[in-house]
Amino acid sequence: MLTLKCPYCGIQADETELSPGGEAHLTRHGPGSSDGDFHDYLFARQNRRGVHFERWRHAFGCGKWFLAARDTQTLQVFGTYPAQVLEPPQHIRDAINQSQN
Amino acid sequence: MSTRLATGGRLIDRTTPRHFTFNGKRLTGYAGDTLASALLANDQMLVGRSFKYHRPRGIVASGAEEPNALVGLGRGDRFEPNQRATTTEVFDGLEATSQNHWPSLNFDIGAINARFASFLPAGFYYKTFTWPRSFWKHLYEPIIRKSAGLGRAPDPEARDPDSYEHFHAHVDVLIIGGGIAGMETAKRIGETGVRVLLIEQDVDWGGRAPVDGGEIGDQPPEDYIGGLLASLNAMDNVSLRTRCMGAGVYDHGYALAYERLTDHTPAAKGPRHRLWRIRAAQIITATGALERPLAFAGNDLPGVMLASALRDYVVNWGVSPGDRTVIVTNNDDAYRSALILRRAGLAVPAIVDARVLPQDSPLMAEARALGIRILQGHAIDHVIGQKRVTGVALCAHAGAGGAVIDEIACDAVAMSGGWSPVVHLWSHCGGKLCWDETRAMFRPDHNRPPTGDKGQAFVTTTGAANGMFTLQEVLDDAVATAAQITKTPPMTSAAPQAQAQEEAPLAPVWMMPQGAGVHHRAKAWLDFQNDVKVSDVQLAAREGFESVEHAKRYTTLGMATDQGKLSNINGLAILSGALGADIPDVGTTTFRPPYTPISMGAIAGPGRGDTFQPIRRTPIHDWLAANGAEWEPVGQWRRPYCLKRPGETTHDAVTREVTNTRKNVGLLDASTLGKLIVKGPDAGRFLDMLYTNMMSTLKPGRCRYGLMCNENGFLMDDGVVARLDADTYLCHTTSGGADHIHAHMEDWLQCEWWDWQVYVANVTEQYGQIAVVGPNARKLLEAVGGLDVSRETLPFMGWVEGALGGIPVRIFRISFSGELSFEIPVKAGYARHLWDHLLSACRDFGVMPYGTEALHVMRAEKGFIMIGDETDGTVIPQDLGMDWAISKKKTDYLGKRAQARPDMARPDRWKLVGLETCDGAVLPDGAYAVAEGRNANGQRKVFGRVTSTYYSPTLGRGIAMGLVQNGPDRLGEVIHFAKSDGVTTIEARIVDPVFYDKDGEKQNV
Amino acid sequence: MSETQATPAMALGGAAFNGLISIREAAPQAMIALRGDLASIEVKNAATGVTGLDMPGPRGANWVGDRAILWMSPDELLILCPYDEADSALAGMAGCLDGRHALVTDMSDARSSFDLRGAGLRDVLAKLTPADMSRTGLPVGELRRSRLAQTPAAFWLKSETSAQIICFRSVAQYVFDLLKTAAQPGSAVAFFDR
Repeated sequence: MLTLKCPYCGIQADETELSPGGEAHLTRHGPGSSDGDFHDYLFARQNRRGVHFERWRHAFGCGKWFLAARDTQTLQVFGTYPAQVLEPPQHIRDAINQSQN
Repeated sequence: MSTRLATGGRLIDRTTPRHFTFNGKRLTGYAGDTLASALLANDQMLVGRSFKYHRPRGIVASGAEEPNALVGLGRGDRFEPNQRATTTEVFDGLEATSQNHWPSLNFDIGAINARFASFLPAGFYYKTFTWPRSFWKHLYEPIIRKSAGLGRAPDPEARDPDSYEHFHAHVDVLIIGGGIAGMETAKRIGETGVRVLLIEQDVDWGGRAPVDGGEIGDQPPEDYIGGLLASLNAMDNVSLRTRCMGAGVYDHGYALAYERLTDHTPAAKGPRHRLWRIRAAQIITATGALERPLAFAGNDLPGVMLASALRDYVVNWGVSPGDRTVIVTNNDDAYRSALILRRAGLAVPAIVDARVLPQDSPLMAEARALGIRILQGHAIDHVIGQKRVTGVALCAHAGAGGAVIDEIACDAVAMSGGWSPVVHLWSHCGGKLCWDETRAMFRPDHNRPPTGDKGQAFVTTTGAANGMFTLQEVLDDAVATAAQITKTPPMTSAAPQAQAQEEAPLAPVWMMPQGAGVHHRAKAWLDFQNDVKVSDVQLAAREGFESVEHAKRYTTLGMATDQGKLSNINGLAILSGALGADIPDVGTTTFRPPYTPISMGAIAGPGRGDTFQPIRRTPIHDWLAANGAEWEPVGQWRRPYCLKRPGETTHDAVTREVTNTRKNVGLLDASTLGKLIVKGPDAGRFLDMLYTNMMSTLKPGRCRYGLMCNENGFLMDDGVVARLDADTYLCHTTSGGADHIHAHMEDWLQCEWWDWQVYVANVTEQYGQIAVVGPNARKLLEAVGGLDVSRETLPFMGWVEGALGGIPVRIFRISFSGELSFEIPVKAGYARHLWDHLLSACRDFGVMPYGTEALHVMRAEKGFIMIGDETDGTVIPQDLGMDWAISKKKTDYLGKRAQARPDMARPDRWKLVGLETCDGAVLPDGAYAVAEGRNANGQRKVFGRVTSTYYSPTLGRGIAMGLVQNGPDRLGEVIHFAKSDGVTTIEARIVDPVFYDKDGEKQNV
Repeated sequence: MSETQATPAMALGGAAFNGLISIREAAPQAMIALRGDLASIEVKNAATGVTGLDMPGPRGANWVGDRAILWMSPDELLILCPYDEADSALAGMAGCLDGRHALVTDMSDARSSFDLRGAGLRDVLAKLTPADMSRTGLPVGELRRSRLAQTPAAFWLKSETSAQIICFRSVAQYVFDLLKTAAQPGSAVAFFDR
C-alpha cells in the first residue's frame, strides 16, 4: 500500500486517503478535433511498466488533485507535484534521470 | 507414552491447574501450557486425521509451524476451526475438538483411503472424476468435499459476539521477532532514540535460546534475555508487544501484525484481536528459523516429531512426548535434544545419523559420554506402528531401503533435517533469496532486498532468519544490523561473547534412505497438512509440472496455511532431484501473507455490526424510522421506500402515498439531494462547460433543469440549477451523485481550467430539504405562513427566500411529480422543526409523507427520467429524447465532441419510449424486447429493454419506460418482452413516455 | 408568524460516552467555510476579523474558546464561532471581501463535532485513522484531515488530553459508534503513553 506526499498540504498520505485518477498530462481534445486525436484522448493510455505520471486526489484530506511520478514495477516514487502544469517539472525529471543512471 | 515429568517446565506454573476438554474428555494442564503440551501431558498423541488419506496424525512441532494439530475451539457463536494446538494457550473451560474424522478420532472410516493410497496420487481427482461431466457437480464433488479437508466451517447463522479492532502505528523501525536477535537489535537501535516497535508472536521473550542453551557473557541465555527485556522496557521510545505476530510486509514500509488479546482469557473485557497496521521506515525481520523434517517411510505417524520440538516440550513445559526416543538426524543440533532427554532421565536408545564423520564433534562426544549409541551412516527404513510409533527399522542411508539392519523399540522419533531461516516476511514484498550450499538452505539475498518509495531497501533481516545459527553469529549479526540501521560504525560496542559448542557441518538429506525405492517414497511425507509425499512430487515432475509453482498446485505441496513452513525446502529438493536441476535453479514458490492465518474479525476490525459501513442519516431520519419507514439504500444514505402503516403491505403503502399526493398533499424528505454552490466571475462559463444546456443565461431568482455528461458523451447526472446572484449558482445533483459531481467539478477546475475564477462548495448536508407536493401544497404553506408563495410571486421554476413558520428557508417552485410542488431547503438543525410544523399545520389538507417508491412512480407517470434507471453509463441525452436540453449555440461542453462520434449519431440507437402492457400487467424490470432469430453468439436477438416499470395507482395499470431501437418512430407497435423464464413473453405497446397530464397543467397552477 | 426560532437540533442530541476517554457530541457551533487566496489581505482580514485570531499556517489550528481558524487547504479556511453569530459573521466576512473573488458558505449545520477528553485519546484515534497520531506526527494545534474508518473527518488536539473531531452531520451516529468501540474498557493500547 503506497504513501504519497500531497504537495498542497504536505501530508505524507496513506493510499487509503487518496483516490486515483489515471494517467496525467493528457491533452483535452474537444469539438473540432480529429477522430484520431479524440479517440486517443479518450482511450489511449501508456500503461507503462516503468515510470508513470499519474493523477491522485487527496480525497480524505485537503481535496486537491496532484500528480506523481512513480515506477509501476518497483513502486519507487520520484516525486509529487501540483496539477497545474502541462508537463513534469524539471526536478521530477532530474530525479527520474538520476535513478536511471 | 507421553507424560508430564515430575520436574521441570520453565513456562508452566504447577500450582495453577487448568481444566479443559478434548473431544469431550476432561483433561488438566497448568497455567503456561499450550494446548499441545497439555494434550501430550495427558498422553493424547493422536490429535487429528490427515487431509486426504485420513491417516492418524500427532503433534509434530511446538510452534506456529505445526501442520497436524489443528483443532476446533469453542462452541456455538464462538466456534473456530483449524486452530493450532501449539499456539493455543490453555485456559479453564477451553473446549477443543479434533477434525476430519468420522465417526470418531480413533476409528475413522475415511482411513480406508489410506489403504488405497497408491490409487490416490497427486492429480487423482483431476484425472478421474472428469466423466460424465454432470456427475462432478452432483456426485463426485460433494463426496470428495465431505471426505477431504480439515475443519468444518462455523454455522452460517452464527454471529461472532467478540469485538476486534485495528491500530495504526507509525514507527522508525519495526522489528519482527523477539528472540535474542530481535531484542539485541532493538536495544541497540532503541539506544539512539528512534521510535522502535518490537513484536513477538509467542507469550514469552527470547525465542529458542533458553531451550538451546549456551552462555552469553557468562550468563545463561535466560538471564541475558531478562537483562535485555529490562533495558528495552526502560526505553520510552521502544514499544514491546507479545502475542503479536508479524503477518505480512507490504509496499512502502507497510506491515500487518496480529495481536491476540483475550484468546487466553476469554472472560476479559475488550477486543479479542487487534490488527496492527504499521508504517515503518525500516523493517527488520528477526523471525528465526524452522527445523525441517526428514522424509522417510512412516514419518507421519504420531510420535514422530521435530527434534527441537521434543526438547521444547521437555524444557518449557516439563512434558516428555515419549519414554524411549530415537533421534534421526543429518546435523549436530539434534544431539542437543538427545542430551536434554537423557538428562531429564528419559531413554534415548540410539541416534541415527545419516552422516559419516571422520571424528566426533563436541556434541557427539558429549552424547557418547552419556552412553548414547550413535549409528552413523544409518537411516530409518520405516517407522513401525499403527496409530503411534512402536519402533523403527533401520537400514544403511546409502542404500535403497528394504534391507533392515536392526529394529529398535521406541515410542517417539525425533527427526531433524537441518534448519531453514523463516524468510516469509522478507519475501512478502519482493525480497529475493540465495541458496546457501553449506547449510543447505535459502537465505535472504541482501543484494536484492524489498525496496520502498525512495528506491531504498526497507527490509533487512537478522539472526537465524538471516541464516546465522550459533549464539555468537546471532549476536554479531544483531550488532551489525543495528549499526547498519543507525548508521553508526559497528563495534562501538561489541557483541557479548557467547559460548556454545562447535558443530560439525550438516549433510543435506532430502530422502531417507538416499536411494529410497518406490514403496518407501510413497510412504515418506513431505507435507503433512496437505498429504503430499515424495512420490507425489516426483509424479508431478514426470507429468511435466516442472515449474515449482505448477508442481505446487498439482500436488498441493505447501499450500494453504502451511505456506511452505515445513514442506518447502524438502519438496523443492525432491522436485529438483526429479528434474535433474540444482535447487536454486528450481527456486521457491511464492511466500504469501499472512505468515499464519489471522481471524476474519481482525481483518474487518471496526467494519462490522453498526459500523459495518457509514450509514448517512438525514435530519428527519428518526421521525421516518418511528413512522414505518421501510429503508432503501441510496449510496450510503438510507431513504424510506415507503412509510408503512400497521397492517399494510408495501404495495398498499405506495399506492396510498401516490394517491394522496396526487389528491391532497404529500411530504418527501428530499434532504439527500445534492447541493453544490458554484461561485465566481467564471461560474457561468464553467457551468456552460459542465451542463449540456446554457446555464450562464439563467436569471437570478430562476431555476433551470440541466443535464451533465462526461467526456464520453454519456449522461452522468441531472438536476435543477438555481441562480442565486450574479456570480453564484446552486446546482442540485442526484442523491447518490453529490460527492461524485463535486469531485468532478473540482477535477476540471484544478486540472484543466485552473485559470478560471470559480470556487465550489458542497453544501448538501447544510440543509435538510422537504418537498411539499400536491394540489394542497400551496394551501399548506400558506397555513404555516410567513412567505408569499402565490403563483404570481413564486411562478414555476422560480425561487424565493424568507421565513416559513419563523424558520429561515428558501423555496424552489420545481416539480418531479407533475403536481404543484415546492422544494424547501432549511438548515439541517431546523429541518425536523419544519417537518413537524408542516405535518401539524392543518389537518384538513390531507398532508401525508411519502417515500422514494411513490416518488419514482409519480416521476414515471410523468415520463421523467431517473439517472441510474434510464441511464447506465452508455446512454446519451439524445437517446432519451432530450435534445431540447442540449444547447446548439455552445461551441463546447463536456461530451459535445463525443456526441459527434459516428456511433452516437447512429440513427438506429435504442431510444426512450413509454410502454404499456396489453393486459395492464407490470412488465418485469430489465426485461429485453426480443425478436425472431439469433445473433452471431447464438443468443436471442434483442432490440430494446425496460428501464423503469411500476404499477401506476393513478392510471390503475402497469406503466413502463424503456429504450427501444428506433422507438419514437414506432409508437403504437406491439412488441414482446422476455420473461425471466427465458421462454414466455409479455406483449407491450410502444407509447409516449408521458402517461399523466401531458400538458403540465397540474404543476403550473 | 412571529414564532421565535427554537434551538437547532443536534444530530445525536448531545450523546456522550465514558470509556478509555470521554466522548461528547459538541454543542452546535458556527462553521464558515472561506475559500479564497489566503495570501490576500481581504481574505486574511475576513478570517481574523471575525475571530480575533491570527492566521494559521498550513495545517494550523488557532483557537481561543469557541472561536477558531482552521487551515483546511491552500485556498480554504474553516472559521468557528458561536452558533448564533453565524449570520453576523457571514455578513462581516462578506464585507471584508468586498469585490475579491472568494466564497463564504455557512457549514454550521452540515457538520457534527465531538469533544474528546482523556489521556488515551491518541490511542483511540489511532484505531480509526491511518494518520500518524504520535506527538511528532500530529502536534497539539495541528489540524489533520483524514478518515475515521470509512468516513472523512478533521481533528486536532487542543492539548494532550483534549481533542475535537469534525465530521459530516449525516454520519454522526457512525462516528460516535466507532469512537465508543475504540474507547471501550479493556481496549487500552498505551502505545502513545510512553
